[in-house]
Amino acid sequence: MTRFRSETAANLLAHALAILAFTFIAMIALGYGRPAHAATVTLLNASYDPTRELYQAVNVAFAKAWKAKTGDDVKVQQSHGGSGSQSRAVIDGLKADVVTLALAYDIDALAERGKALPADWQKRLPNNSTPYTSTIVFLVHKGNPKGIKDWSDIVKPGISVVTPNPKTSGGARWNYLAAWGYALHQNGGNEAKAREFVAALYKNAPVLDSGARGATNTFAQRGIGDVLLAWENEAYLTLKEFPGKFEIVTPSESILAEPPVALVDKVVDAKKTREVAEAYLQFLYTLEAQKIIADNFYRPRDEATAAAAKLPAIKLFTIDAELGGWTKVQKTHFADGGIFDEIYKP
Amino acid sequence: MKAPSRSIAASPTARFALIASALTFIGIFLLLPLVTVFVEALSGGVSKYMAAIVEPDALAALRLTLLIAVISVPLNMVFGVTASWAISKFDFWGKSLLITMIDLPFSVSPVISGLIYVLLFGAQGLLGPYLAEHDIQIVFAVPGIVLATIFVTFPFVARELIPLMQEQGTESEEAARSLGASGWQMFTRVTLPNIKWGLLYGVLLCNARAMGEFGAVSVVSGHIRGLTTTMPLHVEILYNEYNFVAAFAVASLLAFLALITLLLQSVLEWRDAAMTTAAGASL
Repeated sequence: MTRFRSETAANLLAHALAILAFTFIAMIALGYGRPAHAATVTLLNASYDPTRELYQAVNVAFAKAWKAKTGDDVKVQQSHGGSGSQSRAVIDGLKADVVTLALAYDIDALAERGKALPADWQKRLPNNSTPYTSTIVFLVHKGNPKGIKDWSDIVKPGISVVTPNPKTSGGARWNYLAAWGYALHQNGGNEAKAREFVAALYKNAPVLDSGARGATNTFAQRGIGDVLLAWENEAYLTLKEFPGKFEIVTPSESILAEPPVALVDKVVDAKKTREVAEAYLQFLYTLEAQKIIADNFYRPRDEATAAAAKLPAIKLFTIDAELGGWTKVQKTHFADGGIFDEIYKP
Repeated sequence: MKAPSRSIAASPTARFALIASALTFIGIFLLLPLVTVFVEALSGGVSKYMAAIVEPDALAALRLTLLIAVISVPLNMVFGVTASWAISKFDFWGKSLLITMIDLPFSVSPVISGLIYVLLFGAQGLLGPYLAEHDIQIVFAVPGIVLATIFVTFPFVARELIPLMQEQGTESEEAARSLGASGWQMFTRVTLPNIKWGLLYGVLLCNARAMGEFGAVSVVSGHIRGLTTTMPLHVEILYNEYNFVAAFAVASLLAFLALITLLLQSVLEWRDAAMTTAAGASL
C-alpha cells in the first residue's frame, strides 16, 4: 500500500505541475505566433501623465508620415507616469529615445544627474523646445455650487481642493506656482503674503495624489472635493469623458505652462535611432501635429491653429520672467526644506 | 471526528451565528468585489468585453504575466524544497539566519523590493556601468520584472514546507535509507508523498502572487505599454485612461486565472481522495 500511495502522490504532483506549465506555455506561444516585422524601428517616448491620448494620436500620424517619407515602419512605444518619476526612471536606465515631460526642470535633472543629454538641450528645438503650451484652470461640479470664480475663492475655509503632490507631479508644481504668482500680483510682490495664501490653499487640500491623472480620478471618479486644480487639457478631457457632470472655471490669471520635449542623446546613440527620433520631435511642430495637439485641448504654438481652437484667452505670466526660472523655483519652493515643506503640514 | 464537533457546537444558536457571520464576512469582503469585477467587465456587453481582451496590448500583458509565472514559480519551487529540506532535516551553522532571510520578502514593502533591483542594476546602480558596457538591460525590461517577482514570491513554498517537514521528522527517510533506497528514490517515494499537499499549496500561492504582484513590478517595469506591463499594471493604465470596461475586463481575466488555479487544486484533492480510497479497498 505504501508503495502504491507514494507513486500516485508523485504522479499527481507531476501531473498538476505539468498541466499548469503546459497551459501557461501554450498561452504564451499563442501570442508569439504573430509574424515579426524585421524592418520596424521602435522608439520609446517617456512622457508625463495626461498626454496618453495626445501621443496615441500623434504616434499614428508620425508613423504614417515617416513611412511616406522614408518607406520604413516606425512604432513609437509609450511610457507614462508622474513627470518627476519618469525623469528618475530614465536616469536609472529606462531606454527612452525621447522624453516629453511636464516641465524643464525634470529634463535638466536628466542632463545633470544622468549625463544623458547636453545642458543646453532646451535651445535645440524652437520655442524653448516646447511644441505646445497649456495652463492651469479649475474644474468644478456642474452649476458651480460653491460659486468658485477665482484663486481667492479656493483658499476660503470650507472649500475642499484637489491637487496632486508637487514633490512628484509636474502639474502640481504648475498649480502651486500659478497660485503663488496670483498671490504675488494681488499683494504687490509681498512674498510673506503669498506664502500665507498658498498655505491656506494646501490647508484646504485633503489628499495629494502622486500624479495629475490620479488627482483627476480622485475628483471625477471618487467624487472628492469642490474644485480640481488641473491642466487645461486635462480639464477639457474630463468634460469629454464625464459629459454633463462638471464645468471649467477660468481664473482671472494663471501661469503659462511649457511642457518641453528632448532627445536623449545617450539612448539614441546607443540604439542608433537619432535620425528617426529627431524627426519625431520635429514632427510635433508640423501643422498636422499642431492640429492633433489642438484637438487634445493643448495650446498649439502655431498661431493659426491656436486661433481656430478657440481656447479662452487668459492673462498668463511666465515662470522665467516673474519667478526666476525653474532652477531657482525648484530650489526655493520644492526641494527638501523649501517653502512647500514649510507650509504643508498634513 | 463527530464527537468533538458536537461538544463544541452545543448551542444551535451559537453554531448558526458563527456560520452566518463567516458567510456574511466572506460575502461582503470576497464575493461581492469579485462579482463586481465581472459585472463591470460585462457592463458594455460581451462583444466589448472580448474586444478589450484580444486587444494587442492586453494580450501582450497576459503573455508577459504568464511568462513571469512560468519562470519564477518553478525556480521558487526548487528553492523552497531545497531550503526547507536543509532546514528541517539538518543542523548547521547559520540556520536561523537562513530562516530569517527566507522571511525577508514578507517583511519588506514590495516597493522596496523593486527599488533594491533599481539600485543594484539601474544605470546609476552598483552594476550599472558593467551592464551598460555589455549592453545588458535588467531593470525596465523583462529580466528585472522576473527578478522582482522571484524576490517577492520567494518565501511561499518554503514557508509552507518548513513546519510540515519539521513535524514529520527524519524517521521515514532513515528507514528508507536503511532498506537500501537511493537518495533520489527516498525523495520521490518517501519525502515527496509526505509533503505533496503542502508543496502544491505553496506553489499555488506562489503562482497567484507571481501573477498578481503590483508594487515591486511597478517599480522595475518602466511601464512601456505592450512591452513591460504585466496584467496588474495594464489594469492600472486602462483605468487611468478612463477605459473602465477594458480595465475591469482585464481584471476579470486575472481573477479568472486565479479561479482556474483554485479549481485545479480542488480537482487534485478530490482525485487523491478517490485514489486513496480505491487503494485501501483493493487491499
